[in-house]
Amino acid sequence: MAIEIKMPALSPTMTTGTLAKWLVGAGDRVNSGDVIAEIETDKATMEVESVDDGVVAKIFVDSGTENVAVGAVIAVLAEDGETASDVAKTSLQESSVAPVLSVATDAKALAEPVPASVSAAPVIATAASAPQTNSRAKPRIFASPLARRIAADRHIALDGITGSGPHGRILRRDVDAVAITPIAETTAAQTEAIQQGDSYLVVNSQMRKTIADRLKDSKQQAPHFYLTVDCVIDNLLEARKALNAKAAEGIKISVNDMIIRAAAMALIAVPEANVSWEGENTRMFNHADIAMAVAIDGGLITPIVWAAEQKGLAALSQVTADLAARARDGKLAANEYTGGSFTISNLGMFGVREFAAVINPPHGGILAVGAGEQRPIVIDGNLAVATAMSVTLSADHRAVDGAVGARWLQAFKGFVENPVTMLL
Amino acid sequence: MTDTQFDIAVIGGGPGGYVAAIRAAQLGLKPVVIERENLGGICLNWGCIPTKALLRAAELRHSIDEMADFGITVGEVKVDLAAVVKRSRKVAGRLSMGVKHLLKKNEVTVIAAEAKLGAAKGGLRQINLSNGDTLLAKHVIIATGARARALPNIEANGKTILTYREAMVPETMPESLIIVGSGAIGSEFASFYHDMGVKVTLVEALERILPVEDEDVSAFVQKAFEKRGITIMTGVKLQAVTSDANGVQASIEGRDQPLQASRIILAVGITGNTENLGLETTKIKVDRGHIVTDQWGATGEAGIYAIGDVTGPPWLAHKASHEGIICVEKITGQKDVHAIGAGAVPGCTYCRPQVASVGMTEAAAKQAGHDLKIGQFPFTGNGKAIALGDDGGFVKTIFDAKTGELLGAHMVGPEVTELIQGYAIARTLEATEAELMATIFPHPTLSEAMHESVLDAYDRAIHF
Repeated sequence: MAIEIKMPALSPTMTTGTLAKWLVGAGDRVNSGDVIAEIETDKATMEVESVDDGVVAKIFVDSGTENVAVGAVIAVLAEDGETASDVAKTSLQESSVAPVLSVATDAKALAEPVPASVSAAPVIATAASAPQTNSRAKPRIFASPLARRIAADRHIALDGITGSGPHGRILRRDVDAVAITPIAETTAAQTEAIQQGDSYLVVNSQMRKTIADRLKDSKQQAPHFYLTVDCVIDNLLEARKALNAKAAEGIKISVNDMIIRAAAMALIAVPEANVSWEGENTRMFNHADIAMAVAIDGGLITPIVWAAEQKGLAALSQVTADLAARARDGKLAANEYTGGSFTISNLGMFGVREFAAVINPPHGGILAVGAGEQRPIVIDGNLAVATAMSVTLSADHRAVDGAVGARWLQAFKGFVENPVTMLL
Repeated sequence: MTDTQFDIAVIGGGPGGYVAAIRAAQLGLKPVVIERENLGGICLNWGCIPTKALLRAAELRHSIDEMADFGITVGEVKVDLAAVVKRSRKVAGRLSMGVKHLLKKNEVTVIAAEAKLGAAKGGLRQINLSNGDTLLAKHVIIATGARARALPNIEANGKTILTYREAMVPETMPESLIIVGSGAIGSEFASFYHDMGVKVTLVEALERILPVEDEDVSAFVQKAFEKRGITIMTGVKLQAVTSDANGVQASIEGRDQPLQASRIILAVGITGNTENLGLETTKIKVDRGHIVTDQWGATGEAGIYAIGDVTGPPWLAHKASHEGIICVEKITGQKDVHAIGAGAVPGCTYCRPQVASVGMTEAAAKQAGHDLKIGQFPFTGNGKAIALGDDGGFVKTIFDAKTGELLGAHMVGPEVTELIQGYAIARTLEATEAELMATIFPHPTLSEAMHESVLDAYDRAIHF
């Protein structure tokens, strides 16, 4: 009997995904545990492993197809004793094969001998897929195969490019011209004026769209308020130096690790701030599950340090280094960046003095951390120089009131300025 | 002569010049071609075409030696050298007449004279002709071509020390022959003379023969030549050549004994015909024997252009013709005119085995920083080649691993000069490996080796 491979749900919130790339082709033998495809979800590219042994009989959803519904059959495997072509034939006659749901791929699905009317998978008619309806009516874009491949590689939309080939065909040089600035390209021989509004289109990745949707929802639905305090961090820097001097080999505690630790302790000390607004209810968290914002190619991702209050600084530093490294490689599992109650975003390394961050829903707050810098401060009526760091808490006023936020910041500042207390 | 004013004056009626003039006429301009010798230039009269006629004779002569393999018995074989050369000249003459006819049909004025640039007057350039006439032209295209480059201290005497020109019209066959330079010209003469029964020594200054080709191709041709009995010396510097009643002596750097032979052919590159054109009165720059131009043929002097061999390598007729066309199209402001891209000019050498290539060699592609996918397929795996009795050689394809771009293709073997255009088209259309793989190549043809080479680059070759 043929084994169906379905579009997996790689995170609790995932309803559709992009089938980024097949790593096997029809006729390939796969064993249980083999990575067979890469799927782009809300936030990352994930690998899909086969759970069965068999030979790939047919692939129904091509590489690069967007909006493939979770549960849709994306390929079938032939078991031992079956021939791949038998399976490909019989599985087509069964009604279980779910064509891709994206309208853009309907044409492709129809071209396959798959009866569209027997689609068993849930049809998703979201606003996101609606614009693609128009793409069917769009005129064909004439572009060379090489131009198409390079454009796809660089995420450049072909419909934004004017072709210089015969009859306006888009060639490699046209795609290349998009990628370089006109100024760099201008030579004495090409003295044409730089066009006004010279620009080009880049296809938005799944991650970009997710960031856009989530942060728009956050700003529209969560009434943000902002509280800023300055923390003197000389003691914290001293403590860090002392800790690192004594730390086991391979352990290097960062300032950010200590900030996460301080925030975790503060969330436990002020539990009213460790919350999430859920409409009818407010969720109260028992642990400080702190998400840390990591900038990656083309966007950002927020892996979570679960129960950060229970981790000592050495353990914490190992967890954060591992999460950041895997985040940059796109190798986080969905459950590693889904959930949590609070976010820390640190732009101090860029010299940013202070900033206000957008809450990462459904979290109750986000702490924006600025650079530690030497500033003149007044201590007991005397001017002195200290290393100060400004932090700004953005809180969701539906769940957190101003006074609660202020108390949390006070607690945070206390831990940061007296780091001995956070080591307990 | 009544007409003395033209839109475009083309100096030189070779494959660059006459093609430029015809294109100009097609675009409604009034062109004139000024040619001092024969229409069709070196290519048609003293290069590409007559040598192909000679090589055809040599090839037929060689194939007679293999007749027994095909079950055919041949009687006594005689070569009438005078008739071979006569046929070669007849072929050249016929084509030169053809060019004359084409120019007439397109109403291009042809003047038999030498031309010299004169002063510019109100947007027109005066041209002084060797017959005493003058004419005026809005634009001037210099397409004077090139000639064999002389080596310092070695002068061709036309009898025993030859350039390609004398080598093409031998009255007798020498007993032995030294050929200096193993580019296309040297390798073709080596192949021709050897097939005609001459003891040939091919001398190359660089480390391998056919030095502009891919290293694998050079190595294959060298092996094939040596197997035939051609002596090859690479990495050899010629110091001097002397000639006496016994023939020629070529002294080689680092060797006590000079090489001895009846004759020697100098085929060590060519130099542009830039003299006596009046260039010194203009802002036109000449660098190492060639006129400096931009990618459209424009020189340093407004209204004067240069195309083809006089502008530098590769010295190929088809490059000159294409340059002539884009130069005229640019002058007349045509849309969508594009300069010749890097690696877009295919090269062919008609020795036995034939060599053809387009794009980058493996070494050049590596140096350019590409990650490569390389395929190679031997003609020993090709049914048609085996049936022809000519299965030596291979097809090598070089792809960019990331984009699938066909960076280069290199072929050696039967009729590959007729096959290379397939890859040239693929490159112009910007096909990737996917389209080449998806194309059905007819069976049984030599072209199947082209398909298999592409498949091999992706470890999918079927027949090897």
